[in-house]
Amino acid sequence: MVDFFTGHYAYWFTLILLCVGLYGIIFKRNLVKKTIGLAILQASVVLFFVSIASKWDATVTVIDKNIPVEQVESYLNPLPHTLMLTAIVVGVATLGVAFTLLIAIYNRYGTLDEQELLEEIQ
Amino acid sequence: MIESQLPAIIALTFVLFALLIPLFGIWNRQVAQPLAVLGSGLAATFSLMAFITYLNTGSIRYFFGGWQPPVGIEFVYDGLSGFILLVINSVAFLTLIYARRPGHMEFKGKEPAYYALAMLMMLGFNGMVLTGDLFNLYVFLEISSLSSYALISIGNKPAPFAAFRYLIIGTAGGTLYLLGVGYLYTNTGTLNIIDMSAMLPMLVDNSSVVTALILMIVGIGVKAAIFPMHGWLPDSYTYASTPSSTLIAPIGTKVAAYVLFRIMLYLFGVELTDAVVPISYIVGVFACIGIIYGSVMAIAQTEMKRMLAYSSVSQIGYIIMGLSLANPFGFAGALLHVLNHAVMKACLFMITGNLRYKEGHSNISLFNDSYRKKYPWTMASFSVAAISMVGLPPLAGFFSKWYLALGTIDNSNWLFLAVIIVSSLLNAVYFFRILEKVYMKNPDADTQGETAKDIEYDDVSFSMMSPMAVLAIGLFVIGFANAAIVTILLDIFPI
Amino acid sequence: MDLSIVPLLAILVSLAAVPLILLSSAKPNLREAWTIIAGLIKFSLVLTLLPGAIEGNSVELHLFDLAPGLPLALNADPFGVYFAVIASGLWIFTSFYSIGYMRGAGEKKQTRYFASFAVCLSATIGIAFSANLLTFIVFYEMLTLATYPLVIHNEKREAINAGRKYLAFTLTAGLLLVAASAIIYHYTGTIEFTPGGVFGDIELPRNTMLVVFILFLGAVGVKAGIMPIHGWLPAAMAAPTPVSALLHAVAVVKSGVFAVTRMVGFIFGTDVMATYGLNDILIVLAGATIILASLIAFAQDNLKRRLAYSTVGHLSYIVLGIALLTPLGMTGGIMHIAAHATMKITLFFCAGAIYVNLHRTEISNLNGIAKVMPWTMGAFAVGSMGLAGIPPINGFFSKWHLILGSLEGDMIIPVIVLIVSGLLNVGYFFPILYRAYFNKGEGLEKYGEASPFMVVPIMITATLSVLFGLFPNLFFNFFDLAVLVSESLFNGGTP
Repeated sequence: MVDFFTGHYAYWFTLILLCVGLYGIIFKRNLVKKTIGLAILQASVVLFFVSIASKWDATVTVIDKNIPVEQVESYLNPLPHTLMLTAIVVGVATLGVAFTLLIAIYNRYGTLDEQELLEEIQ
Repeated sequence: MIESQLPAIIALTFVLFALLIPLFGIWNRQVAQPLAVLGSGLAATFSLMAFITYLNTGSIRYFFGGWQPPVGIEFVYDGLSGFILLVINSVAFLTLIYARRPGHMEFKGKEPAYYALAMLMMLGFNGMVLTGDLFNLYVFLEISSLSSYALISIGNKPAPFAAFRYLIIGTAGGTLYLLGVGYLYTNTGTLNIIDMSAMLPMLVDNSSVVTALILMIVGIGVKAAIFPMHGWLPDSYTYASTPSSTLIAPIGTKVAAYVLFRIMLYLFGVELTDAVVPISYIVGVFACIGIIYGSVMAIAQTEMKRMLAYSSVSQIGYIIMGLSLANPFGFAGALLHVLNHAVMKACLFMITGNLRYKEGHSNISLFNDSYRKKYPWTMASFSVAAISMVGLPPLAGFFSKWYLALGTIDNSNWLFLAVIIVSSLLNAVYFFRILEKVYMKNPDADTQGETAKDIEYDDVSFSMMSPMAVLAIGLFVIGFANAAIVTILLDIFPI
Repeated sequence: MDLSIVPLLAILVSLAAVPLILLSSAKPNLREAWTIIAGLIKFSLVLTLLPGAIEGNSVELHLFDLAPGLPLALNADPFGVYFAVIASGLWIFTSFYSIGYMRGAGEKKQTRYFASFAVCLSATIGIAFSANLLTFIVFYEMLTLATYPLVIHNEKREAINAGRKYLAFTLTAGLLLVAASAIIYHYTGTIEFTPGGVFGDIELPRNTMLVVFILFLGAVGVKAGIMPIHGWLPAAMAAPTPVSALLHAVAVVKSGVFAVTRMVGFIFGTDVMATYGLNDILIVLAGATIILASLIAFAQDNLKRRLAYSTVGHLSYIVLGIALLTPLGMTGGIMHIAAHATMKITLFFCAGAIYVNLHRTEISNLNGIAKVMPWTMGAFAVGSMGLAGIPPINGFFSKWHLILGSLEGDMIIPVIVLIVSGLLNVGYFFPILYRAYFNKGEGLEKYGEASPFMVVPIMITATLSVLFGLFPNLFFNFFDLAVLVSESLFNGGTP
């Protein structure tokens, strides 16, 4: 039973971060905080992928002169890392677009509070 | 020789033009739109060539860099992706032709940026449809999404806010999808759809696989505007500029629906999807709720774009319901409805755009019967599109409902059949209401003074009228030719 | 001689007239000429099919596949030819009458009127010649759409509301028909009209059969005016009288009872109907409609509304005849299609002539008008006596067969219903005649008989009613055709 919690640290952290991110997106009224929530949500998934790439006693996916490349068990799985490089970049681009939109919203309405904005628009 | 590379060429056309448009745009802003038309035209032509090749010789698989799966990424051009590709590229071509004048009016001076974004968005959509790799699908999903957020934000005052809300919920959806992909990767070790579909039957009881499926469906469901994750759609379609909504509405949700087809019917297959949890049925029920909800909300709207947005929520429900039936007729009906709805919705948004261009608004309560004289062709196209949306033969809309009905009966799913019938009636209400206003003098109004003779013909220019007319005539053509189309679609169904 | 193209030509000739009508809107005489020419050509084309139909032959024409395995196909079988002769023949009279009415009443939008009429007749002939349910649905919906502009013709609030009610009823009916056809297609694999029914040896559970029958009944019952879904008929009297005359006494409602006959005889088949007791439902509904409609007719002071309820009642005579499932009953029902058509059209024509000539619509205002409009009222007398079942008018002949048919089936209640209804008919027609002939009129000094354009058709249809009563096979062998059709439905095979 304890092992259910201690043996799966990575997954629990992923879950906690996911929930924090979702909480931020849904329950926070300030649009910047929603964006932060989004970023945390994306970070949780990145964490998940990176965690599944890990192996016991393995080193990072940079060729080490001492360890031959064919010795696969000594290197982490590089594929998820590669995927996450792309995903992080996507995340950054998304944040960029989000902030641009926030600036546009602020310029037009003068507020970044979701409640006030909804009232303005109706 | 070129045939085997067509999948890549179609996508790369958009990349090429996405680069060329800003380049040439710096030199001369007017060149942006023609280049966009050229780009999408080329892509549409290539899609047609590829589809003909597919009909003759079968699927095309293109491996990027020559790397075979599971190491490399591939584009798979089979019947399903070919059909969807043909539909979205053709509609995009017509829409970009249309976009010239409304664009001029709504975002003058920003054309190069706008059309470059449009090209990128089409790149994203084409990539989503073509790719055979799950993570690659996420990348293209995000490409298309980011471009569409930007395109939507170019519009009226509330547009950036609508785009922001779409961004938040859309990216959250994409992230959930990515998590699902992660689960599948952990279990199967591959990201290639064809490879994975061979492995999944052995993993059917694994709860993480089922969870992955649910995550992916929820994630893509946000993009496909399945109830209850449709909340972003009405605002986004309403406040976006005319060219944006005309481009995104017919295409965006369809591509997301395609992804669901791919996941539920090809990757997992009909039996596996329902192996642990009756997912198809649950998705179908949500689709039905969406159909009714969309129709009812559409009736309550006074602004035409918003009404069309809710109508889109309803129509995508038909497609998802057809998917959930998982039998040949439902499949054919759903795909036929992808084609029909893309054509009808593009035509309807173009009509709305025409009205906004000429009258400055698209508020239904202000419609009056002078429109009949001023915009005869626009209103005629509206009549055709409205009759097709309601589902009266021999127009295209009838046939997709016919096949969906046959599909529901094959499954003895009487609830879904009843939903189809009731929603068609609801559709009739909100469309015929506009036809009444436009074609007949308001009997309660006491303006006897303004006679119809004073009103002159004032319909839109050729570049705005011809795509709309082509689409309206297309509805007749599809209606009469649908036997041929459906025969192809029934063949595509994966047993 | 290869006749197979004739059914198609008969349908198309009035469609071809539509653009000609629209283009001649500035020259009324030319425009009306197109209508008359199209009507004459259509009638002659249908007549060429008559000799073959009397022999029992059908002319088939397979156009193209609307859906895989489901063609758009025409089949001019004896029953179809019967209906087509009635509809196309009476259209000619209605066209002449329309000229007199529309010009006499100074109606606007005559071009729209005549053009819509032409499309309606096309659709009616299409319904008559449909070979399968899908073709039938196409033309059925076409009829709905084409009659809408006619119903809302004068565009006043009352007409628009009537139009909405009409659409609500008929669109729902169309959708129910689609659902029912899809279900039949699913279970039997065919939706061709086959004498004796499509079920063959297929047995279905009673509940399924009941549900399918109710769906069909809902679909065809709307146009056939079966209570309680008859509500659109009285409301549609807001249309101009020629519309009421042809469409709501002849074309639309007769399409409804035509559909009922097709349903009973050619889809379900007399054996299936009897086995599952489905005809009992029809008998009850028809009988109730006959009595109730006749009673409600009493309470109407508006002449057209009284005629409308009379129509509802008489349509159920036909339904009752069909539902009796005896050869004589069926013959009677089919004969009443023709008989009621000629008599009712006479009555409606008279009502229109009275309105145009004297601007009176309420029965209480019709005192003494027989002195100024002798021919019109004479014809009215003939028509109403015929509907009451008084020999030698053709109404008596068909009613006699209905009574015989019900005795043949050992059912006494229909006989009672028919006799009581005959008395009620007298009861609500006689006061009109009494007022017209025997009461003192006021304000009639300056009026004369109505225009010859109206009076001549009235006299012809009235005379035809008498002639057909005396010689049922005169000109068109209606009686032989009716017997032929009804025999074919009971031998379960050869037409």
